[in-house]
Amino acid sequence: MSTGYAGYTEGEPIRDTKAPDGPIEERWEKRKFSAKLVNPANKRKLNVIVVGTGLAGGSAAATLGELGYNVKSFCYQDTPRRAHSIAAQGGINAAKNYRGDGDSVYRLFYDTVKGGDFRARESNVYRLAQVSVNIIDQAVAQGVPFAREYGGLLDTRSFGGAQVSRTFYARGQTGQQLLLGAYQALERQIAAGTVKMHTRHEMLDLIVSDGRARGVIVRDMVTGEIERHLADAVVLASGGYGNVFFLSTNAKGCNTTAIWRAHRRGAMFANPCYTQIHPTCIPVSGDHQSKLTLMSESLRNDGRVWVPLKAGDDRPVSQIPEDERDYYLERIYPAFGNLVPRDIASRAAKNVCDEGRGVGPGGLGVYLDFADAIRRLGRDAVEKKYGNLFEMYERITGEDPYTQPMRIYPAVHYTMGGLWVDYDLQSTIPGLFVIGEANFSDHGANRLGASALMQGLSDGYFVLPTTIGDYLANGPYGEVDEEAVTEAEAEVRQKIEKLLTNNGTRTADSYHRELGKIMWEYCGMERTEESLRKALERIPELREEFWQNVKVSGEADELNQALERAGRVGDFFDLAELMCIDALHRTESCGGHFRAESQDADGEALRDDENFSYVAAWEYGEQGPILHKEDLDYEYVKMSQRSYK
Amino acid sequence: MGMNLTLKVWRQKGPEDKGRMVTYRVEDVSPDMSFLEMLDVLNERLILEGDDPIAFDHDCREGICGMCGMVINGVAHGEQVATTTCQLHMRHFEDNAVITVEPWRAEPFPVVKDLVVDRSAFDRIIQAGGFVSVPAGSAPDAHSVPVKKDDADDAFDAATCIGCGACVAACPNGSASLFTAAKITHLALLPQGQPERDSRAVAMVEQMDAEGFGGCTNTGECTAVCPKGIPLDTIAQMNRDYLRAAK
Repeated sequence: MSTGYAGYTEGEPIRDTKAPDGPIEERWEKRKFSAKLVNPANKRKLNVIVVGTGLAGGSAAATLGELGYNVKSFCYQDTPRRAHSIAAQGGINAAKNYRGDGDSVYRLFYDTVKGGDFRARESNVYRLAQVSVNIIDQAVAQGVPFAREYGGLLDTRSFGGAQVSRTFYARGQTGQQLLLGAYQALERQIAAGTVKMHTRHEMLDLIVSDGRARGVIVRDMVTGEIERHLADAVVLASGGYGNVFFLSTNAKGCNTTAIWRAHRRGAMFANPCYTQIHPTCIPVSGDHQSKLTLMSESLRNDGRVWVPLKAGDDRPVSQIPEDERDYYLERIYPAFGNLVPRDIASRAAKNVCDEGRGVGPGGLGVYLDFADAIRRLGRDAVEKKYGNLFEMYERITGEDPYTQPMRIYPAVHYTMGGLWVDYDLQSTIPGLFVIGEANFSDHGANRLGASALMQGLSDGYFVLPTTIGDYLANGPYGEVDEEAVTEAEAEVRQKIEKLLTNNGTRTADSYHRELGKIMWEYCGMERTEESLRKALERIPELREEFWQNVKVSGEADELNQALERAGRVGDFFDLAELMCIDALHRTESCGGHFRAESQDADGEALRDDENFSYVAAWEYGEQGPILHKEDLDYEYVKMSQRSYK
Repeated sequence: MGMNLTLKVWRQKGPEDKGRMVTYRVEDVSPDMSFLEMLDVLNERLILEGDDPIAFDHDCREGICGMCGMVINGVAHGEQVATTTCQLHMRHFEDNAVITVEPWRAEPFPVVKDLVVDRSAFDRIIQAGGFVSVPAGSAPDAHSVPVKKDDADDAFDAATCIGCGACVAACPNGSASLFTAAKITHLALLPQGQPERDSRAVAMVEQMDAEGFGGCTNTGECTAVCPKGIPLDTIAQMNRDYLRAAK
């Protein structure tokens, strides 16, 4: 072991990801055949816990139920249909090649590896592309009302990072419709008795017995009761951790507790610093802001992005003459203009705002102006194309985008990092499987649009139900060590007790907001050694203060939303620290991780393939995290540098 | 220059508590806040004062998850048309306004605490038949069955229901007809929904009745408050399918 400079040590590399060898197109077939089967009579004796009911968890619980396993499903919402997959707008990619425009499994694989800036695993991504075609079939058979053409066939559209039209969609509510499909399949299994649903339950710890994941400790959020649920395997599908920034496009309840607790129990956390920041969100309007709302990226097709040329220019738009406006994307990126990829558009907006040229409250916004488009195409045409988005904007801001430019600003949207999993989606704790955004999986350092829905459903409907069978075939796993359960329970109770008796002077939300500001400022769109070191100083101080001084009212044995939040914030602190350590150790720029020290002469992200072509998998250690590297080999896709000039 | 408001909020410790309206003064409210953000500010203050914050359901805060919902000044989700509570902004209220805030009120939606109600009856209605029975991996190619664009569009419109329960809260009969009909209509309009169409309509309607929801008398309050504008004629579709199947 060697000592790193950010207070971490380096452990053994990860050599085996369990992906079969041989030609890439045969690997998934090979794995499916080699995976042990469980006979139907035995499936009934095997218990599986699934935490989370989004696209990944909902589809997984339903499918495992269909297969005949005994499933327990948990969600913190009042019904599984509310998981945040519901909010995904754009669409879902699949290599159907219904357009005959040259798409193929190989091309989707290629685009995803490249889009991920060469930091994803080839074997996994290839499988994802293969399975993508089955997802569309499955969803259509369930009655998901995808957009169709007059001939009755499915419509598709193109999306960033691809030159083919492979994105299937249901107006601007694709996530909602796909999730309802999975939810309905899940409810069918609940009715059939194969799945027992626990709504308003929050996972607070993982039970590990004899080195295997054997259950969870949950809190019934209505009665406050701490419950133990045991099983032969545990599946985490609890989503991403974007809310570490406080403000993000995630739902308010999204949190890291399930995966963080699993990390504390031995599951490695991979690439925590990979976060995706979406360039077109509605800006913050004040300190009361509780979340950020995404505006579809498609707006950049006709809107022109600009800020005043001079810093501190607070004149109304109508009084800023044309030659005192800076259409900075068109100026810096003449070839792609307003259509540069997400990470580049986001960073450019940050830069002009840092120069004091931002607009709106706090100077944290840039204009997205449709005046030219309205002149050119007419108001009706613009309304037809973007009417619903304009309406949403007006609803939130009270401003009319037909008569004055929209204000937009980047916001945290998705986290590519997550718990490390092998080809079977199994974490470093045997019996703990992680699916959907909760794992680090398939998107490398940057996720392409319309690929999150694809991955969630691929994991849940098709991959996990096969691979978990191989693990369960060796079960049932017998008695669970009582001591492991009582210890986990005791820890959970202690933490709750501590939070409730603290009687400090600040609320959990106020600490969360401050943590979010630190992360956004120092570990956001642009990271430097200096900023990350600052964050690593501030986070432990603030965490200390949080545990000393947070105030939570109410009781343990009732519905207590203040308590729920405080517990989550506590875990966000720990995760934030690991994110900064990961970001500090990765001195290259790649995908959503931009280190200012690593850029080319044009200010673009510069990868360092020689030193960083690996997955950084972090093991929890009392003396600081331990880094395990999983080398990434590219046998099929040739590594290259992205350019959008 | 914030607004000053008087809130009268329904507080109820739990299902057994009788509950009562409690008055709060909220000052310096920004017109750019959402209604829930205004409640966040009040709750932060209550926590610091050692009081129990007002419990309310919410999650996505962008109008799609269906988790939030309260009766504001007597109207489910407030007076703004086609808007969930989380998307309602304070600029629509007058300075010094008095605003009443209550939970959904319907017998099949018992109050859990304050503004939080139990809507699990909706899940049980879906369990009764709101699905197409198609296990993962068994589906034919998506293009093997073309669907008329108009049917797909109409099915989508019905499928946009977010399951918030405003329809029930607004209905003088406490009927869940709009919710149930939206799902029956969505699946009835698609070829994939045909094999189970009859049994679905019967089972879902019967479950709706078993949960204790009232009958539909075509008042139309449901569709008036529906944040997604689910049309009233879905209920006609439900009745047609039910009668046909029950023959």
